[in-house]
Amino acid sequence: MLNLQGYGQGLLAGTLLTVEAALASLLVAVALGALGALAKTSHSVVARAVAEFYTTVIRGVPDLVLMLLIFFGGQILVNSIAESLGYEDYIDVSAFMAGVLTIGFVYGAYMTETFRGAILAVPPGQLEAAQAFGMSRWQVFREVLLPQTVRYALPGFGNNWLVLLKTTALLSVIGLADLLFLAGKAAGSTRMPFTFYLAAALIYLVLTALSTMLLGWAERRAERPYRRAGHGS
Amino acid sequence: MDLSIIRDSLGLYLQGLWTTIWMVAVAVLVGLALSIPLSVARTSKNPLLNWPVWAYTYFFRGTPLLIQLFLIYYGLGQFPVVQNSVLWPLLKEAWFCAVLAFALNTAAYTTEILRGAIEVTPTGEIEAAKAAGMSPLLMLRRIVLPSAFRRAIPAYGNEVIFMLHGSAVASVVTIIDLTGAARLVQSRYYAPFEAFITAGLFYLAITFGLIWLFRGLEHRLHAHLRRPVA
Repeated sequence: MLNLQGYGQGLLAGTLLTVEAALASLLVAVALGALGALAKTSHSVVARAVAEFYTTVIRGVPDLVLMLLIFFGGQILVNSIAESLGYEDYIDVSAFMAGVLTIGFVYGAYMTETFRGAILAVPPGQLEAAQAFGMSRWQVFREVLLPQTVRYALPGFGNNWLVLLKTTALLSVIGLADLLFLAGKAAGSTRMPFTFYLAAALIYLVLTALSTMLLGWAERRAERPYRRAGHGS
Repeated sequence: MDLSIIRDSLGLYLQGLWTTIWMVAVAVLVGLALSIPLSVARTSKNPLLNWPVWAYTYFFRGTPLLIQLFLIYYGLGQFPVVQNSVLWPLLKEAWFCAVLAFALNTAAYTTEILRGAIEVTPTGEIEAAKAAGMSPLLMLRRIVLPSAFRRAIPAYGNEVIFMLHGSAVASVVTIIDLTGAARLVQSRYYAPFEAFITAGLFYLAITFGLIWLFRGLEHRLHAHLRRPVA
């Protein structure tokens, strides 16, 4: 295998940070996606317009540009707000924060579209039937809409996660000591760039392969209640 | 917002815009050309044809584009064979490595898009071609590929837009593309909002242009499927 010249430990630490950043971004993305999807399917014209603007603009601009905007611009914005509130010290926006917020913000737009499609895939007759049955709005949401939305959203969700995971490589550009950043450091000091970038690439490959396996398992599980009799397995 | 910064840097942005456009255009065209034979090999029943292509698309779709770019731009120089080869004058140039990485990346995605489109070719079309006495190659050229292209257009349009956005990483290896121009403006004036929002608007405009272009293309290529106006 690859001879990592004792830098293997460092790469693992970087991998851990990459995974942490990816999971934190996913959390932000899912929250924004749920909010966006509810706004897009709501009756409020304002909510729909705001969500439409959000998804259109975000999906039309490269994530690296948005990341640099939030990393550098967020610094100024946070400090000018703090100053106007009478706070004197300089606040440092960390690369981790800026990165996670940006990636979460960007993939929130993709999640919005995925979740919206999943909500619309639930037959309206079921919701009407549930209402006619005397269920409260919360019950309709909890018992009828949500479980099926999860099932319909899973394939799109999985795709978004795989793209999000690969996007975390951009975090090294704003100076986060993630997997790619540490691979670059090791590449520089050993003069073996191919070896270390290949190692980083293979680690990403393992992460995507693991994700695909987990997602496949989750999809099969979510299908379980809807399986018809007589199909075996 | 200080608009004078944007006005003073407009030339730089236009230069970056041009760099982004030609790099993406070349990468997308080369990638498309590569993906046609690759997708045919990928749908072949012969494992010697099918497997290598599978491994290629698996690697390029499973790893970040930025790492692929680093592997080519920084990585290849590790090997004396490469440094002594006739290709070295090209491989030490950032622009060449970027276009190469982009082309290989988009070729992998396009191969899988075309594979999907080829696999769902209606059986009737193939049977008709066989009944008409077409050789496998002729059938591929006249029936399977044109029919697959038509089905692949919407997904392919998305891929081109992803490539446009992915190309922003060129700025990490010193290229002054649109993002590179914005980073230069940011470092010169320390004006992140002006610098990056301007670049973002340019990208948004190209994205809308591409969406419009592919809609038009789809409309044309699907002309035979449209209902006649009553």
